[in-house]
Amino acid sequence: MKIGKQTFKIECKPCIYSTSSIVGPKEMQGPLANYFDLHIKDVFFDEKTFEKSESKMLESCINNLLVKSGITEHDVDVIFSGDLLNQCISSGFAIRSFDTPFLGLYGACSTFCEGMLLSSLLLESNCVKQVVAAASSHFCSAERQFRMPLEHGNQKSPTAQATVTASGAALITRREIADNGIHITHVTPGKIIDLGVTDMSNMGAAMAPAVFSTVSNHLNDTGRDINYYDAIITGDLGIHGTDMLIQLFKKEGIDISKKHKDCGILIYDEKKQDVNCGGSGCGCVASVFSSYFFNELKAKNINKILLVATGALMSPLSSSQGESIPGIAHAIAIENEV
Amino acid sequence: MDIFLEYGKVFLTGGIICTIGQILIDKTKITPARILTLFVTLGVILGFLGLYEPIYNFGKCGASVPISGFGYSLYKGTVKAISEQGFIGIFTGGVSATAGGIAAAVVFGFLASLFAKPTIK
Amino acid sequence: MNTNLNISNSEYNDLISKKAEKSPILKNIFFAFIIGGLICMLGQFIFDQMLNLNIDKEKAGTITSISLIFIGAFLTAINLYSRLGKIAGAGSTIPITGFSNSVVSPAIEFKSEGYILGIGANMFKIAGPVLVYGITTSVILGFIYYIFNYII
Repeated sequence: MKIGKQTFKIECKPCIYSTSSIVGPKEMQGPLANYFDLHIKDVFFDEKTFEKSESKMLESCINNLLVKSGITEHDVDVIFSGDLLNQCISSGFAIRSFDTPFLGLYGACSTFCEGMLLSSLLLESNCVKQVVAAASSHFCSAERQFRMPLEHGNQKSPTAQATVTASGAALITRREIADNGIHITHVTPGKIIDLGVTDMSNMGAAMAPAVFSTVSNHLNDTGRDINYYDAIITGDLGIHGTDMLIQLFKKEGIDISKKHKDCGILIYDEKKQDVNCGGSGCGCVASVFSSYFFNELKAKNINKILLVATGALMSPLSSSQGESIPGIAHAIAIENEV
Repeated sequence: MDIFLEYGKVFLTGGIICTIGQILIDKTKITPARILTLFVTLGVILGFLGLYEPIYNFGKCGASVPISGFGYSLYKGTVKAISEQGFIGIFTGGVSATAGGIAAAVVFGFLASLFAKPTIK
Repeated sequence: MNTNLNISNSEYNDLISKKAEKSPILKNIFFAFIIGGLICMLGQFIFDQMLNLNIDKEKAGTITSISLIFIGAFLTAINLYSRLGKIAGAGSTIPITGFSNSVVSPAIEFKSEGYILGIGANMFKIAGPVLVYGITTSVILGFIYYIFNYII
């Protein structure tokens, strides 16, 4: 049911039954290493190309999800998945091996939440019982598509973020099929917000206004206060983008800094890992939510979170044509049944 | 002592040219591909204006090794070919003078790609 | 675009430039200067050795370029030039070794798309403009030189 301007209340309260994550070698050196299910030892993952490696990573991630949930591919009604590559090839090729309907998504780094959001709405319709939402990104395949060759010697801007090599997937079910108490209660699809940022190496700042817009509309629509949530988790604003988000809320007299967490900051140790402002990419929020935050929810260390995945909807082509970077952010309220 | 002075001049000239590039990168967010293009074009133009020759005479390889020196070679080659072949030299001179470098880049690039595999830093 | 943002594009972009971390420009300049200068000195060293072997200046220059391009290609292939570039910035981009790096790196990277459409078509992805604008400018200015010196 739509409430307010852009929020949907999900009456059936679907359950995030289980999650699965897989990360690359660099992410395994980061502070969240112990939370991930699987990891790959080298960026090629025994494949010939980075694109194939990314597909295999996503495939392994979904396979692991099915095993963890004790179900087969035939029990899943539909898989929503997306990635950063042109024509979403990582997802298409990964899901080729599953005998399951597939709906491909592109929301840049917001894809994981976009998938969970659509899953919730589809489950609300009662047409489906069990849905998988997944997303992936790979540092090397993303560098090839968006930036310079890996062997090219250049300096990154201090505001740049490193694409995370990771996949994450979540099984979302109707409660009568399976329930563990972790429910999606509201979803707020984001509007495209573009404040004219053109710097491709400053995506965090380009996406921060979209987070502001989605989060404040979500709070207005639900009549909730920022303190209702234990944590407001953004996808990949990075250090600089987080700073910009705090500034935007400060202008409205709201202090978000105590509630706010950013997956792009959490996944790496910025002091030791040479990542400038943190991580980014579809796999960033997907893997961090599917590991660390899902764990915290299960352990009831946190009970009410607003997961806000952020995306920068540009391409190298649009940037060459002088376009600015449109930002988007989709929010999902996830609450523990207490 | 002469040799120290000579190499000092080379170091200084090369260093300053690279420093100008670094300032442009940091201050204007200009990409490395654009920097290379800008410097090669500047090398040709400064050669035409007769301004690159004094830099070369002072800094030797400090002026010829940076990519602006490649531009200077293109222009110098053109002028030389014009004096030898006339009008057609406008077209043949530049690339002839730099042919060694271009062919080397292509061949070494091809060979390197046969043996090397991309990896992360 | 209907938003609840009380900030204009220019205000927001000003805020970004105020808050964004700046490149460590003095440190970058220092390394660009030192490493750029050193690469040029290496070139001078090769050039002088050629002159000592009684090779004429023009050939010595060409041999120097080819040697530096080889070194750049080799360091790129063993994954060292990208590390050097992180420290040196323009100090490793602007010397001819950087030109070599910008030819070799896409060649290695695009091997996965095959020999013709991968390596062949992408080798000059970054360095192509150098040839396009270098050659075009030299032909145009050569033409002007020709008119002034031989026609008028």
